[in-house]
Amino acid sequence: MIQCKTSKEISGMGHSMKRKEDDRFIHGKGNYTDDVKLPGTLYMDIVRSPYAYAKIKNIDSSEALKIPGVLAVITGKDLEQYNLHWMPTLMSDTQMVLPVDTVMYQAQEVAAVIATEKYIARDAREAVRVEYEVMKPVVDPFKALDADAPILRTDKPDKKDNHIWHWEVGQKEETEKIFQEAEVTVKEQMHIPRIHVASIETCGCVASYDKVDNHLTMYMTTQAPHAIRTVFALVAGHVGLTEEKIRVISPDIGGGFGGKVPVYPGYVIAIAASFLIGKPVKWIEDRSENLQADSFARDYHITAELAGTKDGKILATRMKVLADHGYTDASANPSKFPTGMFSIGTGSYDYPNAFMEADAVYTNKPPGGVAYRCSFRVTEAVHAIERITDRFALEIGKDPAALRFQNFIKKEQFPYHSPTGWEYDSGDYEAGLKLAMKGIDYDNLRIEQAEKRKKGELMGIGLSTFTEIVGAGPSKDFDILGIKMFDSAEIRVHPTGKAIARFGTKSQGQGHETTYAQIIAEELGIPAKDIQIEEGDTDTAPYGLGTYASRSTPTAGAAAVMAARKLRDKAKKIAAYLLEVSEDDLEWEPGKFSVKGAPEKSKTIQEIVFASYTNHPQGMEAGFEATHYYDPPNLTFPSGAYICVVDIDSDTFEIKVRRFVAIDDAGHIINPMIAQGQVHGGLTQGIAPAMYEELIYDDDGNILNGTLMDYLVPTAVESPSWETGHTVTPSPHHPIGAKGIGESPTVGAPPAIANAIVDALKPYGITHLDIPITPYKIFKALKEKGVLDKNIVES
Amino acid sequence: MIPSTFDYTAPSSLDEALKLLHDLGDDAKVLAGGHSLIPMMKLRFAEPEHLIDLNNIPGLSYLKIEGGMLKIGAMTREVETEESAEVAVHFPIFADVAKLIADPQVRNFGTLGGNLAHGDAANDQPAVMLALDASVEIAGLDGRRTVGIDDFFYGFYSTAVQEGEILTEILIPIPSGRSGNAYHKVERKVGDYATGGVAVHLEMDEQGICTKAGIGLTNVNPTPLRAVRSEAALVGTSLDDAAIASAAQYASEDCNPSTDLRGDIDYKRHIIRAVTKKMINKAKQLAFKN
Repeated sequence: MIQCKTSKEISGMGHSMKRKEDDRFIHGKGNYTDDVKLPGTLYMDIVRSPYAYAKIKNIDSSEALKIPGVLAVITGKDLEQYNLHWMPTLMSDTQMVLPVDTVMYQAQEVAAVIATEKYIARDAREAVRVEYEVMKPVVDPFKALDADAPILRTDKPDKKDNHIWHWEVGQKEETEKIFQEAEVTVKEQMHIPRIHVASIETCGCVASYDKVDNHLTMYMTTQAPHAIRTVFALVAGHVGLTEEKIRVISPDIGGGFGGKVPVYPGYVIAIAASFLIGKPVKWIEDRSENLQADSFARDYHITAELAGTKDGKILATRMKVLADHGYTDASANPSKFPTGMFSIGTGSYDYPNAFMEADAVYTNKPPGGVAYRCSFRVTEAVHAIERITDRFALEIGKDPAALRFQNFIKKEQFPYHSPTGWEYDSGDYEAGLKLAMKGIDYDNLRIEQAEKRKKGELMGIGLSTFTEIVGAGPSKDFDILGIKMFDSAEIRVHPTGKAIARFGTKSQGQGHETTYAQIIAEELGIPAKDIQIEEGDTDTAPYGLGTYASRSTPTAGAAAVMAARKLRDKAKKIAAYLLEVSEDDLEWEPGKFSVKGAPEKSKTIQEIVFASYTNHPQGMEAGFEATHYYDPPNLTFPSGAYICVVDIDSDTFEIKVRRFVAIDDAGHIINPMIAQGQVHGGLTQGIAPAMYEELIYDDDGNILNGTLMDYLVPTAVESPSWETGHTVTPSPHHPIGAKGIGESPTVGAPPAIANAIVDALKPYGITHLDIPITPYKIFKALKEKGVLDKNIVES
Repeated sequence: MIPSTFDYTAPSSLDEALKLLHDLGDDAKVLAGGHSLIPMMKLRFAEPEHLIDLNNIPGLSYLKIEGGMLKIGAMTREVETEESAEVAVHFPIFADVAKLIADPQVRNFGTLGGNLAHGDAANDQPAVMLALDASVEIAGLDGRRTVGIDDFFYGFYSTAVQEGEILTEILIPIPSGRSGNAYHKVERKVGDYATGGVAVHLEMDEQGICTKAGIGLTNVNPTPLRAVRSEAALVGTSLDDAAIASAAQYASEDCNPSTDLRGDIDYKRHIIRAVTKKMINKAKQLAFKN
């Protein structure tokens, strides 16, 4: 049970307070970017390439410009005059805003149409004639490094191949030796498929440039408004748009999931158009554009290996990654971590040694990849380790739960130093798995499974006991484009005891307006309902790096605590002054200072705040405001134990997730209801890549499923009734012991499902299937094994 | 997701609609529920210059039993057949199929007439109509004619409804004795078109001998497909396991699926065999209950 220190009236930590933001969403009063309506707005639509790799021979805009209401058709050559045709990615690679001569992926922006109405803009888009010379694209990342592969980035004069970078970590020689000598080694080749966040709201913006004031207001769907303002200033500073002239406003966001961290070309083109024409320019992607052109996630090809003993002791893991980044590395990782936090790949297990390496390549696909509800490549790492752990259990004939208990990092080993260099803050992995096994009645499920197998029925049980790594991050290691990954909070309490607090983060559905208020309520005793939370306006909020990678609670949440504690220190001084006692004689309970031994002598926080404006001690600064920029001392390491049961129809191979128990440990929970909602959503986004979603390209680089008709986003119908629970192992270094919850379920669920399906197919000798695992894929695997006709069809 | 420019008319009588259709010719499309046409227009796969909306015309939406027939007005929404107790007495298959068509919003507005007239082998109702041996009434300026369902589907997006004509009614014979019917499709997720779907309607005499069998297949042929050999394999049998296995095997052999993201030909044949078997068994059990 979660213990609450505050009353329901105050609703600090642990209260399942209803979300403050829901009133406006339920009433249809959310204010999204497309709701921003400025007088004189023009509309932009984008001409996109039908080819994956082609030279642009000619762009003929004449017919489009004849359509009444069309003001301009902007091409790469137009932008080139202002040196705005290329921009940096967050990984310090470069990306075209609009191409001057070559398109690098299907659906890439080729030209932009500006018109007085969006309908006219779409008609004009169809009327722009582009002449291409089609070239043979590089689609398969494994062939990208072949000697005869065309070199894609000819814009980089010194580039002699399609290799982007190499990365490695761990004990190469020791690991090699262990693998040579180990009793048991297992190996699987895995692909973590290219997927898309497919948020309900697509990306878009309204760029509004005021020629007189030389000032740009940019309304846009961004998870990181401050960082984006800096990027804009870096891109456009040379044409006069310096940082103080730019205001980025991120209104309500209909889902981000990492897909709204990057700067997309459309934003920059809209700014250029508004800058040139002097009117607001609105650009809102449609669904297909969003799916086909915006940053993908994942797309890691991983060779995972494990060495151990016959009785189940894990000795070493080795992982080799080929990362397909598309035509530019547009990841949203911290600068020093090209593979993000992939090195968390030793997971929850006590590995003496590990070695991991990765190579990234360019292909003719959209650039990326973003951290889709995943703290920088953790999903990929967790999938590899959880799959290969099960593969090892299968090899030695040991129950996968028993194998995990045998190899877990023990509670008393924390802080734990992993062989890849991380210091895990805290964890109790045994407690989580025990709770999950009890919740799902694991032992009886195995008995049921044995009986079903005798009858030829396909039932599988899958585990995933993962460790997350979130809250980036400490300034000594973590930056994006050089900006350290701190985050911020500013609290202003008004004379009447009500407050406004502003943050450098930006909610996209996480419920910050409620949870941040609860954190401040916990620390100051001001009721959460009296605290208004504001984010997303760079003119008013303090600078921060934004919301992604489950970092808001670990960073900005901690900043709120620290700022509130500064205020509580001030409150204590004022209380001592008002009560005419020494500070040492005061004791605090939420919302009130009282004199030790004389509880009737007290001052409420509201009285104290009022005094700070009306009767503050001489020599003290008036008012009741504090700001804090929080630089976390370490990352936080949430964990989870998930168990999933699947039933597979032995005729059609339709897969049903019968039960799914998810036990999460995110340290102290701020709002259990919101945390549970996060888990439900995250688990659903976990079954998505496990069973449904993958962006598929043919040999010519054409996307084969660029609409939601074929890109299969699961719905409530596909989702089982999630069974959730938690253990609480506080982070020792976070001021309220919180760790972050948003991404754990998306990270942890896919291997649990994959493990369950592979477990169901164990009688047929199947050791691995790549996600998404579909009935069709099962059919193909069984057919390949030659078991279809004799064992299944005829039975 | 923005269609080309088009004109829109919403006539208030069928005659008016037929006249408009006649006058405008090829450039006009009839709008019923719009759940096939409008998505195609938004993607600019269809760019009709005129839309003639049938939604304001009274008397095109009904479910009634008359002269041994279930008569369904062409503008009847999918949800109405899904929820009708009267329909469920003889045709529980409508509840099966409606649940698998897209999503509730689509079923609340999509019509049975539109579903058939669209002429898409991926739609689910055509297989059901084949199984139930339906016929279709088509109106033109010259009057009305009735076409058997086997003569209705011409090809991809092409049906017996000719230029200047509007589909007005669907007629389904009410079985006199013991009967059962069922539909299922394998789909990748809810709302998807079928990887393969099978509609089965069975009638049997008092001894349990199959007197009539109708089997329609979804999305495994350029047009909705009747599984003729499968039907023949059942009639005259007691619907024993061997007969059902033969019928299922024939269906898998006689369909003509193509490879796409849903699966290859082998897989689709496998699905058709498995689902045919399941649906025959389900229809058989329902018939025994009657």
